[in-house]
Amino acid sequence: MKIGAPLVELKNVSMVYGSGQNAVKAVDDLTLTLHKGEFIAVVGPSGCGKSSMMKLISGLMPVASGSLTLEGKPISGPINKVGMAFQASNLLPWRTATDNVLLPLEIVQPHRSQMGSKREEYRDKARALLESVGLKGFTEKFPWQLSGGMQQRTSICRALIHEPEILMLDEPFGALDAFTREELWCIMRDLHAQKGITALLVTHDLREAVFLCDTVYVMSDRPGKIVKIQKVDLPRPRDIEVTYTQHFQELVQELRSHIGRH
Amino acid sequence: MQKFKETVLAPFLFVVALFVLWELICRGFSIAPTILPSPSDIWVAMVRYWDPIVSNSWQTLFTTLAGFGLAIVFGLLLGVFIGWSKTIYGALYPVMIAFNAVPKVAVVPILILWFGIGTVPAILTAFLISFFPIVVNVATGIATTEPELRDVLRALGASKLDIMRKVGIPRSMPYFFGSLKIAITLAFVGSVVSETVGSNAGLGKLMLDAQAAFKVELVFAALVALAVLGIVLYAITAWVEKRMTGWAHRGDNQGV
Repeated sequence: MKIGAPLVELKNVSMVYGSGQNAVKAVDDLTLTLHKGEFIAVVGPSGCGKSSMMKLISGLMPVASGSLTLEGKPISGPINKVGMAFQASNLLPWRTATDNVLLPLEIVQPHRSQMGSKREEYRDKARALLESVGLKGFTEKFPWQLSGGMQQRTSICRALIHEPEILMLDEPFGALDAFTREELWCIMRDLHAQKGITALLVTHDLREAVFLCDTVYVMSDRPGKIVKIQKVDLPRPRDIEVTYTQHFQELVQELRSHIGRH
Repeated sequence: MQKFKETVLAPFLFVVALFVLWELICRGFSIAPTILPSPSDIWVAMVRYWDPIVSNSWQTLFTTLAGFGLAIVFGLLLGVFIGWSKTIYGALYPVMIAFNAVPKVAVVPILILWFGIGTVPAILTAFLISFFPIVVNVATGIATTEPELRDVLRALGASKLDIMRKVGIPRSMPYFFGSLKIAITLAFVGSVVSETVGSNAGLGKLMLDAQAAFKVELVFAALVALAVLGIVLYAITAWVEKRMTGWAHRGDNQGV
């Protein structure tokens, strides 16, 4: 995947929860660039403001100071160009996998107004996306009929269906068992390669960050600051085997040494 | 077969045993029918007073369902309204609690004062007593929407109304249908209480008159009619609940 021009740029951004005496600084002096087609990870101790950063970029929370731009334009509100997936799949239990994936199209224009006339077309698209992540035969199942890994794949499909500019993943594999997690790493890797997605992954798992990403940012304890930027020079496509190599281990150890509480 | 045994045969046998025991006690201790009529006395009374029992049952059924219908409409609207924002929730909740804490039987005289003796106070009492659980359940269902899911939709530019329509209201439906089972029972209680305090028709009124005339077996016959009606209403609501929100009652997880 070739890395293109800067897409999202954060310069000396800080963000505050609450106001007055109760104000808590969540992130401080954050500078970070996400290029088009790039896959970056943000790692750090829990409570360091990683999720707050996601809220900033998706326009859900305003910046307190500094500049935050998408393609050069400041982000001031929800930007419907992001897709999000979280640790909990948050699927709607009354909808099938396909209908869950369709949800963003019922919100985002121009799809929203075409939902009536193009519903079948959209359903086909959702089904094709689900099948591309290995859910053939499960597209009409309800969430409770799917395993945890399948639910998470559906959730990622939902984040991708409206072809967002940025995919934001907040510990999406955190609740899965080790084998399923590695399986989903590979699915994520393939989606990134095939669709040229720009993605931001928030995670605790350093191996996950190194395996999937081009650049890994290490954040400090709250208020979060970037303390280390690590380029991952492992050639793509990467196989799971790469995680057993010496170089991979060195990268992980290097990142680990920058995270507090050694 | 096992299911039939558990859900049909066992309760049926238990009820039969209960009535047999009752009959035996009444006869064995020669209890006066004016104190506790035996099931056979009640049966005789039911046959004898069949017409007034049926016509008054219809009246009670009508006031209960009318009050229940009002409770559904207002309960849903108010529940959505309260679930809409934390501020509204905070503002209205204490008032709702206070309102619910007032015993509804105390309100009946006021209703009679306003609307006169008759059907209207019974309907309104049924409504007032039964809409509270609907409101609370709908509001809770909406207010407990997962914040992450809210974020997913908000980041896509969804309005509050969108989130309500796509997530809030559908996810509150199991709470809503669950509350109907409680609400229908309460509406029934409300109707009968109001009929007992001041009315010109209904099973409550029938019981009051029978008691005044010392027809104890008729009081009990009306009681049986009430029990049957209550069970039927509850069963219908429970069936509707199961039909409407099957996804919330997944039973065995058929996951792979």
